Amino acid sequence: MSVSVDSKRNRQRSNRVGSALSRLLESPKLGWVALVIALLIPFIIATPYSLNVMTTAAIFVLLASGLNIVVGYCGLLDLGYIAFMAVGAYTAGIVAKSFQLPLLFTIPAVIVMTILAGLIIGAPTLRLRSDYLAIVTLGFGEITRITANNLAITGGPSGIFGIPGLLEIGGIDLQQPVVFYYVTVLVVALFVLFAARLGKSRLGRAWRFVREDEDAAEAMGIHTYKVKLMAYIFGAIWGGFGGILFAAHLTAVSPQSFVFLQSALVLMAVVLGGMGNMRGVVIGALVISLLPELLRDLSDYRYLAFGILLVVVMVFRPQGFWPARGFEPERPAPNEAATASEPAPPKEAIR
Amino acid sequence: MSAVLEVKDLQIGFGGVKAVDGLSFSVHEKEIIAVIGPNGAGKTSAFNCITGFYKPTSGSVLLKGQSITGKRPADIAAAGVTRTFQNLRLFPDLTVLDNVRAGMHLYGGQSWFDAILHTPRFRRSEAAYSDEAHHWLDFVGYTGPRGVPIRNLSYGQQKQVEIARALARKADLLLLDEPAAGLNFNEKQRLLTLCRSIRELGTAIVLIEHDMGLVMELSERIVVMNFGKEIADGTPAEVKANPAVIEAYLGKDDEEVPSHGDA
Repeated sequence: MSVSVDSKRNRQRSNRVGSALSRLLESPKLGWVALVIALLIPFIIATPYSLNVMTTAAIFVLLASGLNIVVGYCGLLDLGYIAFMAVGAYTAGIVAKSFQLPLLFTIPAVIVMTILAGLIIGAPTLRLRSDYLAIVTLGFGEITRITANNLAITGGPSGIFGIPGLLEIGGIDLQQPVVFYYVTVLVVALFVLFAARLGKSRLGRAWRFVREDEDAAEAMGIHTYKVKLMAYIFGAIWGGFGGILFAAHLTAVSPQSFVFLQSALVLMAVVLGGMGNMRGVVIGALVISLLPELLRDLSDYRYLAFGILLVVVMVFRPQGFWPARGFEPERPAPNEAATASEPAPPKEAIR
Repeated sequence: MSAVLEVKDLQIGFGGVKAVDGLSFSVHEKEIIAVIGPNGAGKTSAFNCITGFYKPTSGSVLLKGQSITGKRPADIAAAGVTRTFQNLRLFPDLTVLDNVRAGMHLYGGQSWFDAILHTPRFRRSEAAYSDEAHHWLDFVGYTGPRGVPIRNLSYGQQKQVEIARALARKADLLLLDEPAAGLNFNEKQRLLTLCRSIRELGTAIVLIEHDMGLVMELSERIVVMNFGKEIADGTPAEVKANPAVIEAYLGKDDEEVPSHGDA
């Protein structure tokens, strides 16, 4: 008897610790904590190499958050996502270079071009289901790269170089590594926030309904095709902004940056982090982009170690580091408000 | 009195099989109609034609006098038809509340732009969505947890949520595909009461059901199908007395009519 009471108390205590942790993890402030950490890192380590790596990682986070809209929220497997980044980077590069404009002013052109690209691939292919869609997007990714490789306007295999910087205001050059890192972090944070907010809206729910059961969603009056196209277009815009930052960061764009491996890595970040959960995806993106750098000491073996780590993670956490949990506060209905102060027994029964 | 739903000479075939072969019936406001028939009689196919999941080969479906024949399911749902499915079609990984919110998609009230900026409009509409979701869960008498993924719930609870989701659509016509299947006696009694209170909302109901006790007690009229053909359409008493129905479906003896308790 006493044993069972004890164990019950223990369980309650561990539940309390667990719920405190999960409250922290679910807290909206967590994003601010992550942002502050990202903003403080240059004070700890600010070598050109580390800044370069961190800026690249931040851009990678942006890409992963965009792909999470398509794959995580809407369940559309996209194997050619990097194409949207290519469209964004090339558009920014070409417009900026030919009109000698700072990259900032290419944003409208990039948005238009990425929406167009999203429509061009999305409109015919989104009628297909899962496997077929994956194959078509894989093809589209390669077509984009090969086209860029062969057109004169994109500079062929050598690409575009000498792209103007983001902007110069009052002597502050946004291209300075530290400044550019801060600009990138802020832009990426904003887009991650927007993507997470989209996920928790009427449209975001519609994406999840489509992912879970297309027919049932359709029966509820959701135009599944339009909703999927919206996911695709948002994903494309996110990719396009990733492209602008990429072009500004390297001041050069070339087709080799948009090979299939890149699409696969972004997808891996989403899957590894936890599809549909923006927090998990950010962590997944940081792991995928930073781990190979941290493993540099292993020299030739680093990709082997990287691969083994990924396999280990997928074995032990098949849903990713931080999978999307379908929980929300159990606000009692008005007529049950009287019993609200008592702990709700059904909840425990569920676990 | 104008009909909410009018089905005229509906036909659909798959290859050589005529799943529905000349079905006609109409549903008036606040009516509860049952469609019965042996397994494979074409009842669910007929539902799928009405809701746009199948395109009928011929015939027409009118909703409040407007043709919805062959439109896509989302447009038919928007026109005012809502349904449940024979085997639960919920969104398993989403919470109970989110599942009900699916029925409210057409309420609108916010754009993606509102969502990104968390405008007051967005907050208001999200609060309204939540209130409404709780309201419909209360309406169907759902007492289980609401913030957990629906796959964790019992079959009976999932069935309740599916009806709540359909009701949240606030449609003129509700199609229930075997709502009592797998429910115990008490749950069936509650379903009966629920259907009557749904009718009080002004929603007409068409249900496919195998539980004769429930069908006889609940429905004003019964449409009987067999091998895709409509073999009877009338009040429960008329249908019970119809020799063709007795032979095709209920068995030869009145005593063999399954009662309440068994499925």
